[in-house]
Amino acid sequence: MLNTLLPILLFAALGLAVLGALRRVSLWRQGRPSKVDLIGGLLAMPRRYMVDLHHVVARDKYMANTHVATAGGFVLAAVLAILVHGFGLHNRILGYALLFASVLMFVGALFVYARRRNPPARLSKGPWMRLPKSLLAFSVSFFLVTLPVAGILPANFGGWVMAVILGVGVLWGVSELFFGMTWGGPMKHAFAGALHLAWHRRAERFGGGRSTGLKPLDLEDPQALLGVEKPKDFTWNQLLGFDACVQCGKCEAACPAFAAGQPLNPKKLIQDMVVGLAGGTDANFAGSPYPSLDGSGKPIGEHGGNPHQPIVNGLVDAETLWSCTTCRACVEECPMMIEHVDAIVDMRRHLTLEKGATPNKGAEVLDNLIATDNPGGFAPGGRMNWAADLNLNLLSDKKTTDVLFWVGDGAFDMRNQRTLRAFVKVLKAAKVDFAVLGLEERDSGDVARRLGDEATFQLLARRNIQTLAKYSFKRIVTCDPHSFHVLKNEYGAFDGNYVVQHHSTYMAELIESGKLSLGQHKGGTVTYHDPCYLGRYNGEYQAPRDVLNALGIEVKEMQRSGFRSRCCGGGGGAPITDIPGKQRIPDMRMEDIRETKAELVAVGCPQCTAMLEGVVEPRPLIKDIAELVADALIEEVVASQPAPAKRKPAEVH
Amino acid sequence: MNTKVISLVSIGAHPTSGRARRAEQDARAVELGLQLAGDNLQVLHAGDSQEPALRAYLGMGLEQLHVLEQPAGADALGVLGDYLRDAGAELVLTGSQAETGEGSGMLPFLLAEQLGWPLVVGLAEVESISNGVAQVLQALPRGQRRRLKVRLPLLATVDNAAPKPRQSAFGPARRGVLAARQVEIVEDELFTGAELQPAKPRPKRLKVIKAKSGADRMKAATAKASGGGGQVLKDVSPQAGAEAILKLLIEEGVVR
Repeated sequence: MLNTLLPILLFAALGLAVLGALRRVSLWRQGRPSKVDLIGGLLAMPRRYMVDLHHVVARDKYMANTHVATAGGFVLAAVLAILVHGFGLHNRILGYALLFASVLMFVGALFVYARRRNPPARLSKGPWMRLPKSLLAFSVSFFLVTLPVAGILPANFGGWVMAVILGVGVLWGVSELFFGMTWGGPMKHAFAGALHLAWHRRAERFGGGRSTGLKPLDLEDPQALLGVEKPKDFTWNQLLGFDACVQCGKCEAACPAFAAGQPLNPKKLIQDMVVGLAGGTDANFAGSPYPSLDGSGKPIGEHGGNPHQPIVNGLVDAETLWSCTTCRACVEECPMMIEHVDAIVDMRRHLTLEKGATPNKGAEVLDNLIATDNPGGFAPGGRMNWAADLNLNLLSDKKTTDVLFWVGDGAFDMRNQRTLRAFVKVLKAAKVDFAVLGLEERDSGDVARRLGDEATFQLLARRNIQTLAKYSFKRIVTCDPHSFHVLKNEYGAFDGNYVVQHHSTYMAELIESGKLSLGQHKGGTVTYHDPCYLGRYNGEYQAPRDVLNALGIEVKEMQRSGFRSRCCGGGGGAPITDIPGKQRIPDMRMEDIRETKAELVAVGCPQCTAMLEGVVEPRPLIKDIAELVADALIEEVVASQPAPAKRKPAEVH
Repeated sequence: MNTKVISLVSIGAHPTSGRARRAEQDARAVELGLQLAGDNLQVLHAGDSQEPALRAYLGMGLEQLHVLEQPAGADALGVLGDYLRDAGAELVLTGSQAETGEGSGMLPFLLAEQLGWPLVVGLAEVESISNGVAQVLQALPRGQRRRLKVRLPLLATVDNAAPKPRQSAFGPARRGVLAARQVEIVEDELFTGAELQPAKPRPKRLKVIKAKSGADRMKAATAKASGGGGQVLKDVSPQAGAEAILKLLIEEGVVR
């Protein structure tokens, strides 16, 4: 009896799966076109899956092994089951192989089950709680129905009772694992995930690459959309990417805004986008809600939408989008390599460029950037005041130089001026041939772009590129990771291609080549805070540590350091939009720092410095790496100049 | 509301960089107009219709901005007055003082005089308009407000007491239309013929702090401005009141 039932069940389930897949594909195709290598992507997919994706998952060994056993066992068992039970190839070897595959899957499923018994808050519940049972039902049923094929048990063991039980088991298993995959069950992640990896909009990320620069908007074409208003305004492969979410909540656990109680949960946001693309409400979401100020979370089930309805204030509240610091912790953690930050900035672009709805100080900062080229609205003529006594070379005089020192808007901030002066001291001590742009420099456009104002970003970028094109230099060095990232990764789209280095990388090179004579750091223990735009955005974790080591400092690492570093709260215009939460992100980061018992925290970013110094004392000291190096410089003994005669008080008549 | 509202705008200059922008007070006049009339608000500028800074007003959500095409140095007064009368404007809003050009702050006064309309200085809020009469709040120093009933048509200037202007967005700014109209060009001889020189900062009075305690300082800071002199006329006939006022104005040299 099973011999006739099983092929029917299997092929019916496969047929339904194909129908579901077609429907799902039509949902994604509602999105805007996107240039993707369809065939090449599919060919590259297995490698992206087994290497790049596994590399992310393997950070959690338990889950990696569980997933390898379950998914590997399932794929093998599914293929063999179709051959053996679908096409009736009752071959003993195939039978044994299928038995092995189902045992492997069973073992994996047991671990999934164990983990689901007391799941951490970040995991979604709901249908996901049923998944381990479905996995077990699938593996056990196929193990038992395959025993006769392998010749271990007689063909009709257990009689019709057993046949009915196994029939039900197989039905359950294939429902969840075959057509549940394309009809929106938890297994959707496998189907959508595989295609998402194949047609990812940042294919450069695979094979160890990095792609973190935001994609430019076409402002020349008056018909082109200015950002994303409705779900269908995303590109189709972005929609596909949202569908790949496995709701593991690693993003939620890493998100600084979520931890601070601001109304953002990256996982919920992606699920809201899935609701948007399929239509409906978020009532079925079974994970943590967006935090609310009263601590109970925003109620679920009150938001809904469809592909043709505006997202903001239907599906998602604007404050959710403005809570993001663009620190990329979610993207870094996501095992499905979903691009949360891209989606958030796309939606912000619509709010800023079309609605003029940048919250709080946003509008003022953007107006300042347009009128004065700096976010503070300071007189542009004061850009070099910090270096009035330093006799810096101007590139407009020199025309050519080795190192172009990109000063950044920190030039207007008295705290950051100390860092800049320290770095100039280091450059002079190393006898580097360097120059600055002086008053010709403008804001890099980082803040404008993160606030969604692509127009102002492109304005600033084009003018900076125009200025830079006038001169010749070997590299740009800057103390600001935000300028660093924008100059290095985002000006390329406007034909601005430069060698750009963060000052920590450059100082590490200077030390390596023996250009600096350094003493030892005097003072207490030191920890190091990785800036997001240097670390996660650009992969520079080592150079700052090398510099600190060269000063004789043994860095007391925080629990969350390197690629897991927690944001200071200063990125993405978050201090400007200032969405209230239960606590401040820099306070949480300062707690991380205090845990190391370090007396000083080394930083490499003006934003981080400002955010961390904003934490009330007593707290560890905050110093930029450049300041630490400058303090440890052993200065050459120069023939002492005659001490200036004590100035006499001017006589007054 | 069916009242015909027109906001007058000029080209501003950023206080620290001097770069052209939407003028702060004029943007407030547009904001107030948008709150009153919504899409029916008409915005008017006399000058160069190619000036990109004008788009910043369009970015507040206007579909078009009417420009009376004039070269620099032309007198805007006559053409604005003619336009406003022909357009049937009932409420005209404008900033108190331009950020560029002469910036004398005289335009609203001269315009009101030319049109023969009442002028409200420092309009903070329009509470209601009915039967051709507007009930408005006028801003006075130290946060005080005066409620006025004024017949339409009415010219009003706004300053920083008026609502903050909304953000200017790129999309609407790009889409909006600058509708230019050719008008007769009258040279402003008073402006072009005059010799201009940069204003000297007025010397600051030395600040002598008389208050001995915090409470005194608080009292000084919150005390009502008082002119000291003056005289309160009560229970006098309109004739006698008017004579008293005229006498004062002649004494002060306002009326000659």
